[in-house]
Amino acid sequence: METAIHHGAMFDTNELVLNMGPQHPSTHGVLRVVLRLDGEKVVDADVVIGYLHRGIEKLSENRNWTQIILLTDRMDYVAAATNNVGYCETVEKLMSLEVPRRARYVRTILCELQRIASHCLWIGTHAMDIGAMTVFLYAFRERELILDLFEEFCGARLTYNSMRIGGLPLDIPPGWDKKVLEFCTIMDSKIGEYEELLTHNRIWLERTKGIGVISGPDAVALGLSGPPLRGSGVAKDVRKDEPYAAYDEMEFDVPIGTAGDTYDRYLVRLEEFRQSLRIIRQATEGLPEGPIVGKVPRLIKPPAGETYHAIESPKGELGYFIVSDGKSTNPYRFRVRPPSFCNLQGLRTLVRGHLVADVVALIGSLDVVLGEVDR
Amino acid sequence: MPGSVAHVSYWVGDWTIVVPVDKLIAAGRHLRDAPDALFDFCSDVTATDWPPRADGRFDVVYCLFSTRLRHRIRIKVKAAEHQPVPSVCDLWPAANWLEREVYDMFGVNLTGHPDRRRILMPEDWQGFPERKDYPLEGPGELLMENPLDWLKLRQAREEADIE
Repeated sequence: METAIHHGAMFDTNELVLNMGPQHPSTHGVLRVVLRLDGEKVVDADVVIGYLHRGIEKLSENRNWTQIILLTDRMDYVAAATNNVGYCETVEKLMSLEVPRRARYVRTILCELQRIASHCLWIGTHAMDIGAMTVFLYAFRERELILDLFEEFCGARLTYNSMRIGGLPLDIPPGWDKKVLEFCTIMDSKIGEYEELLTHNRIWLERTKGIGVISGPDAVALGLSGPPLRGSGVAKDVRKDEPYAAYDEMEFDVPIGTAGDTYDRYLVRLEEFRQSLRIIRQATEGLPEGPIVGKVPRLIKPPAGETYHAIESPKGELGYFIVSDGKSTNPYRFRVRPPSFCNLQGLRTLVRGHLVADVVALIGSLDVVLGEVDR
Repeated sequence: MPGSVAHVSYWVGDWTIVVPVDKLIAAGRHLRDAPDALFDFCSDVTATDWPPRADGRFDVVYCLFSTRLRHRIRIKVKAAEHQPVPSVCDLWPAANWLEREVYDMFGVNLTGHPDRRRILMPEDWQGFPERKDYPLEGPGELLMENPLDWLKLRQAREEADIE
């Protein structure tokens, strides 16, 4: 508003409506943002979603409990294993199933590998949006190593279908745990490379510091979760608050930021790389022997009831709300609380008053995956 | 608050309270502000459709979390098809898009919402896809062009199935 008054006498300050997307390389999929501009300043933004809506919730209500695991892969397709874990644990909670300790450990390893892979994709695309091309090539080099590990574990590189209700479909291949530890050693040195490229880079600092500042209480009220919330200094992490898989036996820290801007969200994710490696090392070295599947009935048919179960996906709190009627072999109601959806809701608040170029940086810093936003 | 909670249940580790529609805002405000509750984070708003039920067709479900005390609770409200349900956007701004999705998918009559538009489906879409009586295959292209033709086609198909 200040600019409008300032230039009022000399320039025509009509508002300009600029449509960004849905086909735009830096919206990470098919996101449309309708910006109302005053000069180059964003006055208001309307975020339009739904271009990738496939009706996964409705579809799941017409599939049986095992078939749904495959559908959950298709939501956050850069972190498919995390989605599988969340769904399987929700059904296990409904059925009060006990999962063997070895399966819980392997799940923890897979979740954390997935977090690193997802963050690699994020740092690569986020930096490229802002103009740093090199980081993209570096990050995808490491992501490739994780995809190879997943390929060896379950045969797929992107949509894993790597969990079963009550445990895992297969035990880890021989020598896989050694390869995971080797990867940890490689990754440790590579995080330093990303830091060298970005953390003290003057262009990076100019483009991220003080951009999209949100305070802790505001972020909580807006429903942000994951790194965008922790960047504002709220230590909310489902892994600590309500431990699932084997996180209660792991030692790790939850990094939090102070300023709540794009730069702090970047620092939080960078530290999460290190904490994930710490968890992977602990889980791989302490991997217990034993069965990989619990006592699961042949026909999966949870008793009538409903539950909400949340896990910490790389993007934030991924929750499943499932209602079973106890009679049929498919869920009566299947609902996903996608972290990207709720984080994207905050975009409107974040972009106000910034420049058009910062919108790109802010979409990147929220780390949304449109497959999950629209389902 | 006497009379504002109709039912409390605990199952597989989850607490649920059932609240009458007219007490929703008061109960929500109490849960958000009371020092031993402090549910400041609205995780999820969703609905469940139970078409044959006598006391209201929809369950509107609010999943809450406290970032300070780290506990969860679910509020549940039973609503009939056209019965107004007050929006909780004033209590938790996070509910904005979540409630838009509930409106888009179920057609729950949310009142007082600052921006009640469809969110995932196109704005001129007919019907509410997540309802139990909505066909799984959807109407396809035909509905967008001519809803009446689509209805006729569906009836013809159903008759063919019966024969």
